[in-house]
Amino acid sequence: MSVLVYVNAPEGKIAKAAYEAVYYASKIAEKEGGDVHVVTYGSVSDDSLAELGQYGASKVMVCRELSEENDQKLTAIVAAAREKCGAKVIVFSFDPSGKVVAPRLSAKLKAGLVSGATSVPEIDGARFSIRTNVFSGKAFATYQVETEIKIISLMPNSLKPEKSDKKAEVESLSPSLPEAGLKVVERKRQSGDGIPLPEAELVVSAGRGLKGPENWGIVEELAEALGAATACSRPVSDIGWRPHHEHVGQTGIAIRPNLYIAAGISGAIQHLAGVNNSKTIVVINTDPEAPFFKAADYGIVGDAFEVLPKLTEAVKKFKASN
Amino acid sequence: MKILVCISKVPDTTTKISFTDNDTKFNEDKVQFIVNPYDEWYALVRGLELKEAQGGSVSILSVGGADYDPIIRKALAIGADDAIRINAEPKDAYYTASQIAAFAKDKGYDLILFGKETIDYNGAQVGGMVAELLDLPYVSIASKLEVSDGLARVERDVQAGKEVLEGKLPLVISCAKGMAEQRIPNMRGIMAARTKPLKVEEAAEVEALVGIEKYSLPPAKGDVKLIDPENAEELIDLLHNEAKVI
Repeated sequence: MSVLVYVNAPEGKIAKAAYEAVYYASKIAEKEGGDVHVVTYGSVSDDSLAELGQYGASKVMVCRELSEENDQKLTAIVAAAREKCGAKVIVFSFDPSGKVVAPRLSAKLKAGLVSGATSVPEIDGARFSIRTNVFSGKAFATYQVETEIKIISLMPNSLKPEKSDKKAEVESLSPSLPEAGLKVVERKRQSGDGIPLPEAELVVSAGRGLKGPENWGIVEELAEALGAATACSRPVSDIGWRPHHEHVGQTGIAIRPNLYIAAGISGAIQHLAGVNNSKTIVVINTDPEAPFFKAADYGIVGDAFEVLPKLTEAVKKFKASN
Repeated sequence: MKILVCISKVPDTTTKISFTDNDTKFNEDKVQFIVNPYDEWYALVRGLELKEAQGGSVSILSVGGADYDPIIRKALAIGADDAIRINAEPKDAYYTASQIAAFAKDKGYDLILFGKETIDYNGAQVGGMVAELLDLPYVSIASKLEVSDGLARVERDVQAGKEVLEGKLPLVISCAKGMAEQRIPNMRGIMAARTKPLKVEEAAEVEALVGIEKYSLPPAKGDVKLIDPENAEELIDLLHNEAKVI
């Protein structure tokens, strides 16, 4: 079964989630015997695209005529690529670009779409089932896809790609494109070169226990020492101490890093929903009764203002000796 | 401006999730249902703000059974003018999107607004599907929306930050934080909502594309291992040697 993967490479840079999607597609193709094809657009270099071979892609189709992320044109490009390679499964990353193109394509092709997949589908004859996160991380659902063409949006950080030394063949794709209804008129880059939160493997997060935005230095220092992204609880983003895009929880973003360190967050059920798929959770709180300790693997009952700097020192020492 | 806001019914954010019928159905027993927060806080309130500033109307659309009426009344209490409920059990995103598209097709809406996702199935699918079915442009995860002279200016999340897009109405937009601030309905709104029109329409024949066969809950965590606050190095050692995450 051939599998097609949509790779978004804004400004020529392929995101970590895209490598995961290609590798995930190779796991599906492996099951049934078939190739992994990639479709992308824009100015990303042929060399970078050929490197997708390391993650299991055999062929990459790139549409150079499109330079901005347009919903209608991208839907046409992915549909044309699918037509060309005959793939029966199409994989997206469950990221902002995937959330635009996958649903459009699903409706266009009448192909069942499962969002937020966390594991490789089980395929047994006509049965095709996929596990996903539902209820904002509070539960899992196993979906059954009934249609001939199937679309899967993969949750970032759901699997760890292994690399080979293969190279993918790169060819251009120039389908006829519809008029764009929308045009990009301005781009705002996220401040700093921090790691995007949904992709981060390590996350340091803090809440109201930090008492004020001026105290975030100790959070950022630990994050920097670890190479982690920073996050926060909802109250903290609501009162404007931290930007909205850092808010994790049921009405923020759901993340699944390998390590989530939470300081000064009590652990309301809504916050837990967004983080309880983290592999390891460390909770630092002055209140030993904080509900978050029940969801934690490791806990420190103590003052974040004292504990965080100590952790930063310990991390630096650890990094220096490893 | 003629605005359609699509809302979904979801369990309250504090709900403890459980399942029945051999883990094939969500257990609704004692569950408090609410308007999906993204639909209410951002899509509906931004729709109302635009109407208040520029005139026009805000209609609510839901696909669901009579059990949706309380949340539809809530949206009317917040300020929407009227509501339509398409009388059908929402089977999957494509089914729901097809019902919305079939209804909205000839109605001349300038904006069709959604929340960025529902907090129950988190699919982030219905808005994009409606846009495709109606052949309209779609902006997902929008955090700002301004409209003047039939031209919309929308800010959206992308991988590397944010982008501002421009496009002519009509548009389909899914709304996220930043778009507007939550409004609490007042007593007058609640009273008025009782008599605002809520029309029930029959559903179109559509087949679902996916179905859920089973639910499960994450495995329970073992007991937390407590570390002395003076002993930060022990934690780092455990994270490296035991949890193997650093």
